[in-house]
Amino acid sequence: MEFNWDSLDTWTVVIGGLSAVAAAMPGCFLVLRRMSMMGDAISHAILPGIAMAFLLTHTRITAIMFIGAACAGLLTAAFTQCISKYGKVDRGAAMGIVFTTLFAIGLILIRQSAKHVELDPGCVLYGSLEYSVIDVVQIGALEVPRAVISIGSVMCINVLFIVLLYKELAASSFDPSLANTLGFNSGLIHYLLMMVVAVTTVAAFESLGSIIVIAMLIVPPATAFLLTKNLAHMLVLSAVVGLLSAFLGHLGAMAIPPVFGLEATVSSGMMAVAAGALFFSAWLFSPSQGLFLRLGERREHAGRPLPPTAGEGS
Amino acid sequence: MWQTGYAMLVDRRKRGLAVLMVLVILTLAGGAAEAAWPVAEVKGDVWKLVTLQSYNSRLVILSTTLLGATSGLIGVFLLLRKRSLMGDALSHATYPGIGLAFLLMTSLGGEGKWLPGLLLGASVSGVLGVVIVSAIRRTTPLKDDAAMGIVLGVFFGAGAAIMKMVSNLPGADAAGLDGFVYGTAASLIFSDFLLILVVAGVVCGAAILLLKEFTLVCFDEAFATSQGWPALRLDLTMLALVTAVTVVGLQAVGLVLIIAFLIIPAAAARFWTHKLHVMLLLSVMIGGFSGWVGSGLSSLLLDFPTGAVIVLVAAAIFLISMVFGFARGILPRAVRHALLRRKVGRQHLLRAIYELLERHQLDAAEPVSNLAIDFESLAVHRSWSPAELQSLLRTARGEDHLEDEVPGRVRLSESGFGEASRVTRNHRLWELYLIRYADIAPSHVDRDADLVEHVLDADIVRQLELELKGRPVRMFVPPSPHLIDQSAG
Repeated sequence: MEFNWDSLDTWTVVIGGLSAVAAAMPGCFLVLRRMSMMGDAISHAILPGIAMAFLLTHTRITAIMFIGAACAGLLTAAFTQCISKYGKVDRGAAMGIVFTTLFAIGLILIRQSAKHVELDPGCVLYGSLEYSVIDVVQIGALEVPRAVISIGSVMCINVLFIVLLYKELAASSFDPSLANTLGFNSGLIHYLLMMVVAVTTVAAFESLGSIIVIAMLIVPPATAFLLTKNLAHMLVLSAVVGLLSAFLGHLGAMAIPPVFGLEATVSSGMMAVAAGALFFSAWLFSPSQGLFLRLGERREHAGRPLPPTAGEGS
Repeated sequence: MWQTGYAMLVDRRKRGLAVLMVLVILTLAGGAAEAAWPVAEVKGDVWKLVTLQSYNSRLVILSTTLLGATSGLIGVFLLLRKRSLMGDALSHATYPGIGLAFLLMTSLGGEGKWLPGLLLGASVSGVLGVVIVSAIRRTTPLKDDAAMGIVLGVFFGAGAAIMKMVSNLPGADAAGLDGFVYGTAASLIFSDFLLILVVAGVVCGAAILLLKEFTLVCFDEAFATSQGWPALRLDLTMLALVTAVTVVGLQAVGLVLIIAFLIIPAAAARFWTHKLHVMLLLSVMIGGFSGWVGSGLSSLLLDFPTGAVIVLVAAAIFLISMVFGFARGILPRAVRHALLRRKVGRQHLLRAIYELLERHQLDAAEPVSNLAIDFESLAVHRSWSPAELQSLLRTARGEDHLEDEVPGRVRLSESGFGEASRVTRNHRLWELYLIRYADIAPSHVDRDADLVEHVLDADIVRQLELELKGRPVRMFVPPSPHLIDQSAG
């Protein structure tokens, strides 16, 4: 097996890593708030936002797409809240109703406009990494892909968002009513978080597709959750897991298919698989929660002699 | 006026009529929308289409109707178990199975797009996904949602990677495999219809046979386990049925919109009833109706993806149900709330008047005489503001409980007086009961009794009378067991 690692591969990993970190940090709060499925919901629900933004302006200017997506993300969160509060529907079901309906609207909008434009729904899911790596801008002496800049800035915004609102986010994730009594508006923080998720999804969808966002929002934070009980550590760990899975994923995309005599595959999917593999190893080997540890403990308990009881002796 | 209209909807006996009215309105609205549709190029005869006379759309309409009805049925159990998003995780988890099955069948030299093989692959990876979700939930501190999110993300990523490999495969025609993501209802053929029919039959049969067990597991899993039912196996059976529906639905409506099929009809049905079997029936009907109307509409409107139109029809039904549903809809709930508030207000007013009348009595043994009471003392008695008092009086006048008197004073009518004695009597009976059996101090009993007395029905009043028989109740209305505060307010 031979590798032809060139600058394109480096950029792929950089884009993947940046998206992973950008998604994993807000994802930690999704996991803690038990809203993990919101990432998937929003990544589907932004479709009409993007389609509307495109149909109204007839451009593919990224800023406008961001606005459309952020609006759709906020709408998803707001509708979900509305339905579960006023209709007394389980929040998961409310989420499912909202995002599938929005996705259906998005599909119709795109199909209607597909005659005169190319805005492929498949591209939303898989992205088009090959093109976004080639699409470069000159910064100083270095040619940097445009996607690196957009995802990099989104990642910076996300990190800034978490650092600045760390206290508020933590309080409202663990105890919303405490957060309210402390004077933080936990509703506002909820909607801000939803907006961040939506914007991150758009930033990543052009290059890597929404798959990577869905996976990276949840899998690295869940992995980190199994490894630590400290929120700050969890945030850092999830970022590290995200970076690692981007690198391993790209490596896997290059290395694994040839084993079966196939051509190299799309990296974003393999990045998700790599994240899954990392989660799996944490699941088995985590020092505090790992399955092996628990099995060992159980065996230890089983092997221990019973305490002596009266009349019997040990 | 609308209040009385909805009071009718809430009334059990008039429900049939109300349902008929809603159906008529819906049909009219649907007809108007079809006639006035501005954009779409309508092809073919609407009537022919709806009555399944047009061959092209007959199969599609029948398939989607069946699919909608079946997923409506199984969706009810998912909703009641608060597992609606399991359909989401499951449908995404089928994706790598399709690709792997294709890969396997091609490498074995067969036809890669042999449908039963692809669906088998989808089922296997779907079941694997479900098992992993349940394993994560049971062996880690992570919750349901995270477990589903992990499976969804990783499986879907793997699916995308495999699909990409497949499409790069030399010599294999993989075109059309991505139809599983968005669905291609328009290209359903007779064998697909048969498959859907078989799965629908199996799922409905299993759900009917296991209805009692599923109900038990849905409502109280711990109880089911303690009674010796195999809760885990029942759970897995339920999810296997969901998998079957999802897998056959993939082809028709795609893996995102099948989620809507599983959730929306059940959630809509929940608004109309508190009874499980009614909910099941309604959910089946809503699912089937959405499938029928949705695919009919989409074959009328060029370039409208079938799955998306069906989901929008279902979403519209959901919206209507959420607002108007008798049992849990927003409007009937608001109406019931308003009616109850009005009743409570009226009873408070009548009791206040009665208590004031008692004050004019000379001897406690004499019956209470109906005198005119001035607003001033009435307002002071229950510390009502003048505006509150006026609105209460308006309601009472509307119900013929008051007689027009000199301005500034109010006198009970014949019926009002009777009602006031009855209300006061119920209140006092309940107070006495609380004092005797709940050990509540007489000085506190007034407020406690107030919480329940408004919903006492004739049956409970009779029971109260029986319970309190030992105590001398000389009069029709027993005297108050506590001092009615003269300086209240």
